Amino acid sequence: MVGYTEALTDPSYSGQILTQTYPLVGNYGVPPYSLTDEFGMPLHFESNRIQVKGYVVSRLSRTPSHWSVKKSLHEWMFENKIPGIESIDTRFLTKKLRMKGVMLGILKVFEEDERVDLKEYEEKAKGIPNPNETNLVENVTIDSPIGYESGNSLRVVVIDCGVKFGILRNLLKRKVDVIRVPFETSLKEILSLEPDGVLISNGPGDPKMCRKTIKTLGALIEMDIATMGICLGNQLLALAAGGDTYKLKFGHRGQNHPCIDLRTKKCYMTSQNHGYAVEPKSLEKTKFEVSFINANDKTIEGIKHRNKSICGVQWHPEGPGPLETEFLFDQFLEVIKNTNR
Amino acid sequence: MDSVYLLPITPEFVEKIIEKERPNGILLGFGGQTALNCGVELAEKGILEKYGVKVLGTSVEAIETCSNRDKFRETLLKNNVSIPISEKATSLEEAKKVADRIGYPVMVRVAYTLGGEGSGVARDDTELEEIVSRGLSRSRIRQVLVEEYLGKWKEIEYEVMRDKDDNCIIVCNMENFDPMGIHTGESIVVAPSQTLTNREYHILRMVSFKVIRALGIIGECNIQFALNPESEEYSVIEVNPRLSRSSALASKATGYPIAYIAAKLALGYTLPELMNKVTQVTTACFEPALDYCVVKIPRWDFRKFRRVKRRIGTQMQSVGEVMGIGRCFEEALQKAVRMLNVGRELTDVEDLSFDFRKIKYELENPSDLRIFYVVKALKEGMTVDQIHRLTGIDEWFLDRIKDIVDLEEEITKKKSYELIKDAKVMGFSDKKIGEMLGKTESEIREMRKKLNIIPAVKQIDTMAAEWPAKTNYLYLTYGGQEDDIDFKKKSRVIVLGSGTYCIGSSVEFDWCCVNYALSLKDKGFEAIMINYNPETVSTDFDVMDKLYFEELTLERVLDIVDKERPDSVVISVGGQIPNNLAVKLSKNGVKILGTDAEDIDRAEDRAKFSSLLDSLKLKQSPWSKLETIEQAKDFSEKIGYPVLIRPSYVLSGAAMNVAFNEKDLEDYIEKATYISKEHPVVISKFIENGREVEVDGVCNGKDVFIGAIIEHIENAGIHSGDATMSIPTLTISEEIKKKIREYTKKIATSLRIKGPFNIQYIVKNSEIYVIECNLRASRSMPFVSKVIGKNLMEISVDAMLGEKIPTGEIIPNHYGIKVPQFSFMRLYGADPTLGVEMVSTGEVACLGKTFSDAFLKSLIASGIDLPKAGNSVLVTIGRNKKEIIPIIKKLVDLGFFIYSTEHTGEFLEENGISNKKLYKVSESKKPNIRDYLVNKKIDLVINIPTITHNIDESEKILEDEYRIRRLAIEFGIPIFTSLEMIITFVDAISCNDGFSIKSLNEFQEGL
Repeated sequence: MVGYTEALTDPSYSGQILTQTYPLVGNYGVPPYSLTDEFGMPLHFESNRIQVKGYVVSRLSRTPSHWSVKKSLHEWMFENKIPGIESIDTRFLTKKLRMKGVMLGILKVFEEDERVDLKEYEEKAKGIPNPNETNLVENVTIDSPIGYESGNSLRVVVIDCGVKFGILRNLLKRKVDVIRVPFETSLKEILSLEPDGVLISNGPGDPKMCRKTIKTLGALIEMDIATMGICLGNQLLALAAGGDTYKLKFGHRGQNHPCIDLRTKKCYMTSQNHGYAVEPKSLEKTKFEVSFINANDKTIEGIKHRNKSICGVQWHPEGPGPLETEFLFDQFLEVIKNTNR
Repeated sequence: MDSVYLLPITPEFVEKIIEKERPNGILLGFGGQTALNCGVELAEKGILEKYGVKVLGTSVEAIETCSNRDKFRETLLKNNVSIPISEKATSLEEAKKVADRIGYPVMVRVAYTLGGEGSGVARDDTELEEIVSRGLSRSRIRQVLVEEYLGKWKEIEYEVMRDKDDNCIIVCNMENFDPMGIHTGESIVVAPSQTLTNREYHILRMVSFKVIRALGIIGECNIQFALNPESEEYSVIEVNPRLSRSSALASKATGYPIAYIAAKLALGYTLPELMNKVTQVTTACFEPALDYCVVKIPRWDFRKFRRVKRRIGTQMQSVGEVMGIGRCFEEALQKAVRMLNVGRELTDVEDLSFDFRKIKYELENPSDLRIFYVVKALKEGMTVDQIHRLTGIDEWFLDRIKDIVDLEEEITKKKSYELIKDAKVMGFSDKKIGEMLGKTESEIREMRKKLNIIPAVKQIDTMAAEWPAKTNYLYLTYGGQEDDIDFKKKSRVIVLGSGTYCIGSSVEFDWCCVNYALSLKDKGFEAIMINYNPETVSTDFDVMDKLYFEELTLERVLDIVDKERPDSVVISVGGQIPNNLAVKLSKNGVKILGTDAEDIDRAEDRAKFSSLLDSLKLKQSPWSKLETIEQAKDFSEKIGYPVLIRPSYVLSGAAMNVAFNEKDLEDYIEKATYISKEHPVVISKFIENGREVEVDGVCNGKDVFIGAIIEHIENAGIHSGDATMSIPTLTISEEIKKKIREYTKKIATSLRIKGPFNIQYIVKNSEIYVIECNLRASRSMPFVSKVIGKNLMEISVDAMLGEKIPTGEIIPNHYGIKVPQFSFMRLYGADPTLGVEMVSTGEVACLGKTFSDAFLKSLIASGIDLPKAGNSVLVTIGRNKKEIIPIIKKLVDLGFFIYSTEHTGEFLEENGISNKKLYKVSESKKPNIRDYLVNKKIDLVINIPTITHNIDESEKILEDEYRIRRLAIEFGIPIFTSLEMIITFVDAISCNDGFSIKSLNEFQEGL
């Protein structure tokens, strides 16, 4: 029910049609990009544009209400030329996705009285190129490095596979300088930036598409640099270490996924958006072990290097959604400080 | 339960139970503020320690931190949690100083009370004085809190759970439609929040965790926030360290069984160890995702009270609540308004004033009609912005209501059938659509079914369809295309629930529904419940085979019948709301289980029932249906005053009334109702000084089981819902009882009753008059079932299925006494006198080895501080003067000190009773009654009101009496207004020799 501006601009949704289980969408409209934190990062968005291909909701609020609101969701999507559809039984759609898995779809406007041949569109849908077979990360990464300064001597390089503003906000808030680099930046280039830590960001699609990044990470984890992976970044770490990933039937999305810390047995509510997961058995022969699991389906939610400061989580400690695992950023920073001492 | 005690929840009684049972642990957070306060007192007095009883879940220290404002503030401020500026005060002078510092208006809260009792907003010194002096007397620790007033900020609630390992979750957040300034129990509440951004939602969520951790709560708590509508600034207003009305609502709104999980957490389980009861595979350590919208509306019953102001505010006055579920806010809201059962739908506002000044006043000064005035304002062309500025209600909600109003206007204007689907999605009923299109409800129903516009059945599953649900917690919506469940063939029976609580229909009927449905389940039927009251057990999703959280309207019940195709529908165990559907359902071809609709009509139609009684040669009070005032006067003259008047149309005030003379009759008919051919008035002889007797029983068409013959303590004339009841009877002779049994059997078998029934009689001078017969479960059946140890609902299932039932009657060798619970304190200005209209809002019952044992325990349970020898009694008598003398003498003998007013005082003096005279409230002389009551120098008030409805004649006397009663109520002093109750009470205290501490089980074993 909350977080649609964040979700729509989340690069991890690049190339996808997004549907919302909560039926009322757009109630508080779209706040302006000019609402930012002290480092100039917008507060209500995860990137500079709408990333989804299409949006499916049950009921759209055309007259939003909020002190910060600048425009309605409808106006914003219209300006960005992103199609959406309403009056859909999104619960029915959700159940279909739950049972049959994520599927391809078409959004099309028909003229009034136009005869619609559903069969024809079903066939057409089958012919759509599957976004998971393309390298979606290419579309959402950056072309050249961008630096963000918080006035500190520590520096974290963020490998941008489609990084969310939320991650950058969390690093900046902890007073580190951030250098955001394209996802296929070489190890040499990364090292030349003299990072105190490296963060591998979230991103869309099948992690195995990022072959070059995996290779780079393979070399990186042999070094002694504090490293943290988030979502896609977590999967890339596993692949780099020699593990494997697989596609979940319908993935984890939403703000209410319970994850258990295997060390402390504590359970945290997490915000999730991923269609792939790390294969548990494949980790056995690597230097990584499982640190978090999902309390419901027991899939892997976090991994860590058995003896180095390298870890990854499958969820989004930066939100949007539950914020109680922001402490992972604190831990990351703690490690960076300690290794630099 | 292993053992149940029907005893007052006071430290004295609970200590005795602890002493007897020697429990290892005690739970304090599950019985509301009453239980919590009792628990804290037990701990403070060292009783828990003495018997080694461990407090499970949230500790007493944590409870005290929440209640003690100093500790509370200190704890939260230390943890960087924003709270309003506030200071405590223990005297009026202190309070004034604080108010001056903060600046008016200020919010005054009373420490340790229930439902905001005694609190209020003070705009100046005078208001402050009134609220503070009342509040101090109500507070257990004589403390009030004067606080910065955050009127018109958004009011947001979070339901938080925490286990012993510090895992925390939010079960639900809720947004009040009405902003700060109206108690959440008095607000329309929406779940989940609708107008919060992701940031706001999660800022408050993290603060909630900070708060529950700082306070050290284990289990559940409710946190109330005020959120600035212009920024992200917030304030924590209150924390309830216990299960609350809000947590019950949150449980129903989400499908997350908060009380069940909280109990497990109190026992030391952790959240990840527990299962989600809906999916039965996922963990309870998660946050429910809703894919629907929920709207709760409180139900008020101001109409029942004399002189009450209808304004709502910072203390609870509502008597019930309803919850509408829809795929959009509009649908949920319109459903909820119908569920209120107040005779109007959301857009039925024709009768409200269209005067702009009046509308403006109503919007600024909310009453129970506020939502309807919002609609009226929109219909009269007021803008959303204007209404927002007057009410503080968020524009988002107002815009949605405007959409509803606009659609209605469009359909009415265009007569467009194409918009029926839109209207259904927005929650309009067939009846309303019919009004717009000039068709009947059934025509619209037929038409839309042809167009395949039918609702879909959706599941509430806590996971927004992400995981399959194992339970059948269901609602219907037009915002969906597919049913979530399939309807497998099996013998199934639909039980209609009791709907909203209101005065006259409360938890008793829910008990009947639940017990009935459970017995059906035992017999192998699939039991399907339809009900919409979030406060009930019948709406627990795991009690029945299927629960439809839905309206009890003809339209909706037929929708469900269309889907489910049940064998039959039960309408007779949920009180008046389902009962009223009997004939309509039957006409629509629905099979009613139990008594035929035709026979129900024979009992309910006054003329038919009357001729039945004639044919059985049973006496009844003479009555007639009259169409003009002249006829009414002539008839009343003929049968003799006093007469009971039941109008068929009520303009204002109570529906029934008693006239003692012709002037009364005229006054009442002219002021409160009107009389015409279309709206006839029924007048019957009002039998004075008769004993009222009720029989609760079950009949299977042939055999009759008499549950109990109940006698009222008060003479006939007090509504049976307000009467104090005794089983067995007290003054009725064996001979009369024999006759009553005989009559009961005659009536039940003649009406071919199949199921539960209740017959009311008046006994006077050895004559028995039949008042009425209800062919349904009655309010007193749970009480009867507990006293006699036989469940009348179980027997009713057999009766309705035509099976054998026990015959005869169980006469207990103990006493069961039921006492009404009143809420006059909360109802601004309400006159606490009793009459033919019911005004009590609850009831208590205790069992005892003797009458006085049971009776006095019940009085204590209803919140009365029993006066003791040496205490002071204020006596003012308007009638029954002679009869009262021996009672007052007895009180003097028992060591009470008597105060009185001028006339009563002289009369007592003449009869040899010395007393001290106090001046009336209206006289400004001292010693004044007001000072004595305010300073609690009086421990009991005996006031027998002067009876007349002729205001002009004795306005001053009545006003004086009223002010005494009102002051007694506001300062928590027990008051008796009926002669019989006073006699019974004085007799009981004079012969009481201690209270028995016996469980219900022990009493029942003795039968």
